[in-house]
Amino acid sequence: MLCMANLGVLERLLMDVLWDSPTPLTANDLKDSLMSPGLATGPTKPLATTTVLTVLSRLETKGFVTRDRSVRPHAYTAVMTRATHTAGLMHEVLGQMPDRQAALVRFIGGVTPQEADTLRQLLGVATTDNV
Amino acid sequence: MIISAAMLGVIAVTLAWPFPLVLARSDWPARSPDVALVLWQAIALSGGMSMIGSLLLYGLVPFGNALPQSVIALGHSLRSGTLPADTRFTHVLALGAAILLSAHLLLNLFATFVRAERQRRRHYTLIALLSDPLNGQPGMRVIDHPAPVAYCLPGAGHSATVLSKGLLRLLDADQVRAVIAHERAHLVQQHHLVLLAFKSWHSALPWFPIANRAENAVALLVEMIADDRARRDVDDRTLATAIALVGLGQQPEVLATASDGESDEPWISSAERALVAPRVYRLINQALPLSRLATMAVFVTAIALALAPAIVLLRA
Repeated sequence: MLCMANLGVLERLLMDVLWDSPTPLTANDLKDSLMSPGLATGPTKPLATTTVLTVLSRLETKGFVTRDRSVRPHAYTAVMTRATHTAGLMHEVLGQMPDRQAALVRFIGGVTPQEADTLRQLLGVATTDNV
Repeated sequence: MIISAAMLGVIAVTLAWPFPLVLARSDWPARSPDVALVLWQAIALSGGMSMIGSLLLYGLVPFGNALPQSVIALGHSLRSGTLPADTRFTHVLALGAAILLSAHLLLNLFATFVRAERQRRRHYTLIALLSDPLNGQPGMRVIDHPAPVAYCLPGAGHSATVLSKGLLRLLDADQVRAVIAHERAHLVQQHHLVLLAFKSWHSALPWFPIANRAENAVALLVEMIADDRARRDVDDRTLATAIALVGLGQQPEVLATASDGESDEPWISSAERALVAPRVYRLINQALPLSRLATMAVFVTAIALALAPAIVLLRA
């Protein structure tokens, strides 16, 4: 039985492999690539294919991977690239989505153009006095 | 009863308009943001309680001369289905308003927290997949994005502080230390709870001018409190420079060039918000905190405000 933390780690490992792969991968491909010696962060024990399938279906539910059911065995692809996911998340963090910002506390909120002018002046004061 | 209702009404009106207006315009909150935050919380609590209390007491006037008897009499009336002879339409209206307003505020608070928790979980999942730990420090994550971004994801169990590669490129080591100390203060002092409470108050009463003012004021105060904690680890100028650099790096045109012209949205949630420059200004000007006497006076005011509606209600 896997605990939640392990599932999180496995999700991350599988996504990294899928994001770096140019072609769709089957659960067996993924299992093999996780055991390849080049992968330093991989699990120490060999994984069962059923475990990989469990994690893949979790990722599919969360909308990170799609499954090609027309081939046997099913082949999995990442829905979006890592960069697209990151850009979307940062867009939420930075952008005009106050509904999506309730969960986090930002170091800096939005900056108005007037405020940017003030900041430039203050920054000049802060750095010149420093020298 | 009617006098108590009027007293609470006066408190409610005072706290809804003139009092917070004076507070929002005065300059001492920037000197002692922690003291000012206590006062804002007292205003919100006392304002809400006296608004509801005033309606409740007025609505209960036909049912008796004191609060306990009138509540019991109201219970009897509800069971028998008849109202006392001198009940007027306005009394019923006030009672209904008191009940609806209480339910509305409480449900909104609950919904705000539930929604935030759901978003936090989803965000945390994405962060776990997309970011890497920073030098093996627990709870510190680095995300590969060119814009200078720093934020914390608070919550029971696992919280995280997220920094972008753009931020690490923009700031030197001391400035990064300042940002981390600032974010850690948010997490340790659980600032998100205060922010959520005021956010829920604003979203429950969007037409209430002071709710918007209070939310903005509290957002700025919380940042200043976290700045004050960071000042213990780094000097004021380092922190001020970090804030100014990140602020300038988050302007729409800068972000547009950083992320290959993908920035098409306005990045400021509301035009009247100016939450960044005041923080830099106070760090550069080194304003002294309030004197001990003034601090005491504010605390006494806050306690008096928080207790006043309860005392009036209990004596009614």
